[in-house]
Amino acid sequence: MNGKIINQKGWFFVLPVVALVAFNALIPLMTVVNYSVQETFGNNLFFWEGVGWFEKVLHSERFQASLVRQIIFTFIILVIEIPLGVAIALTMPRKGPWVSVCLVMMALPLLIPWNVVGAMWNIFSLPDIGLLGKTLNSLGFDYDYTQQPMSAWFTVILMDVWHWTSLVVLLAYAGLNSIPEQFYQAAKIDGASSWAIFRYIELPKMRRVLLIAFLLRFMDSFMIYTEVFVLTGGGPGNTTTFLSIDLVKIALGQFDLGPAAAMSLIYFLIILLTCWLFYTLTMKDEAE
Amino acid sequence: MKRYKWIVPVVYIVFLMLPIYWLLNMSFKTTNEILGTFSLWPQNFTVENYVTIFTDPTWYNGYFNSLTYVAINTVLSVSVALPAAYAFSRYRFMGDKHLFFWLLTNRMAPPAVFALPFFQLYSSVGLFDTPLAVALAHALFNVPLAVWILEGFMSGVPKELDETAYIDGYSFPRFFIKIFIPVIIAGIGVTAFFCFMFSWVELLLAKTLTSVAAKPIAAVMTRTASTSGYELGLLAAAGSLTIIPGAFVIYFVRNYIAKGFAMGRV
Repeated sequence: MNGKIINQKGWFFVLPVVALVAFNALIPLMTVVNYSVQETFGNNLFFWEGVGWFEKVLHSERFQASLVRQIIFTFIILVIEIPLGVAIALTMPRKGPWVSVCLVMMALPLLIPWNVVGAMWNIFSLPDIGLLGKTLNSLGFDYDYTQQPMSAWFTVILMDVWHWTSLVVLLAYAGLNSIPEQFYQAAKIDGASSWAIFRYIELPKMRRVLLIAFLLRFMDSFMIYTEVFVLTGGGPGNTTTFLSIDLVKIALGQFDLGPAAAMSLIYFLIILLTCWLFYTLTMKDEAE
Repeated sequence: MKRYKWIVPVVYIVFLMLPIYWLLNMSFKTTNEILGTFSLWPQNFTVENYVTIFTDPTWYNGYFNSLTYVAINTVLSVSVALPAAYAFSRYRFMGDKHLFFWLLTNRMAPPAVFALPFFQLYSSVGLFDTPLAVALAHALFNVPLAVWILEGFMSGVPKELDETAYIDGYSFPRFFIKIFIPVIIAGIGVTAFFCFMFSWVELLLAKTLTSVAAKPIAAVMTRTASTSGYELGLLAAAGSLTIIPGAFVIYFVRNYIAKGFAMGRV
């Protein structure tokens, strides 16, 4: 494989990483597994429960509802953010002083703590004193994200688009920048339309970075917690209660350790499986 | 059509700046003005909110705590990831691919899943409510990310560099520190940037692992919001201040941000 030397010493190099991540990942994961198969009535007394909690969680309407909401949310996010990010990257200047300005301004939302993002959108969208809420209402839309499910969804999605589209832009832009100038010149000589250039030169070159963007956006939107929690608290009602919000409610709010642990594992597995599936499928495509 | 292309990024940037502007706008108003009137800019300009934050220890200690654990985490993540990334980019060893994938799976773990076990784990080892606990917890997702990005950068360095150095009689540690690290210094900068970023913005774990002494600024904000009514002006000022370190860091790595992610192998 591309001339790497077989050297078992490699293990010594990765040892610190393995130790650190194992401490952080394996011990907590075993704790979760442990809770997921037991029942407790307090006082540190545990009883074997087997797969009971898993069955219960999978059959509970509450979990199914959160999962459906989560899938719809992630789907909408991906459908909006990936094409939008690519479109913006395509229109960005390639050289000159404006490149830095664009990059710095666009990266800014990525570095704002997530609860500040939530708080910022909370005040930005308030119907009476927020710029967005006030504007929408004076334009004649009946908008109040604290009361109406549709408004709440609209706000949550707009917030996520605001927060994360830049990540797609940055990645797509990096992909575009790796295309040598000669490719464009050759296309020009052949008289290729701008659509043809996009379809046959730019898109294939962006493939790898777009895969990264897709996976990152999938994972992170599937794990979304803080921003939505601060913005809507999962409401009105339960309409914006996504998986993480529901999980924290069960685990830290109600302290139902068994169901929370079982739900955690199912949750984690869904993300792992989807990423793995998508990765294998796209990579297989590439190999052909 | 080509001539009007600049409109798209401009509109997008305006969209990005609007909520930030609104936050700044509110931070220079008194809470009464925020609740009483709707105005596009402060009518009675005041810096009182900022003064409160800089004079009240619970507020400014929050910033201090956050920056402490972010700094520890960044240094820790990058330093353990350096040798590991080197091994992944240069050597083949038993189980290397599986190990790499396992590391990446930790980036896929929802923090919500780990909140409770982390609380118990760090309480039992006596680290609860210290910046070190948060720094270690954030290593869960930052170390895999650091290994991933650094590996990408290191694989871009030709192997001949290593070989020449050995022929010239360099020992491995000397080669690594004297020659290799300067070559990939940009990669290290980018990695540090991403570690900083993900540790700075994460709140769920940071909040779960601290109570009083090491409370991060973000948690101070949420608690203030619930205890003393709704001090919107103060909240807005505190929020505005959390943007500054990020903006500062981006400026330094602006030419490498995009490259950083693109270098990592999938």
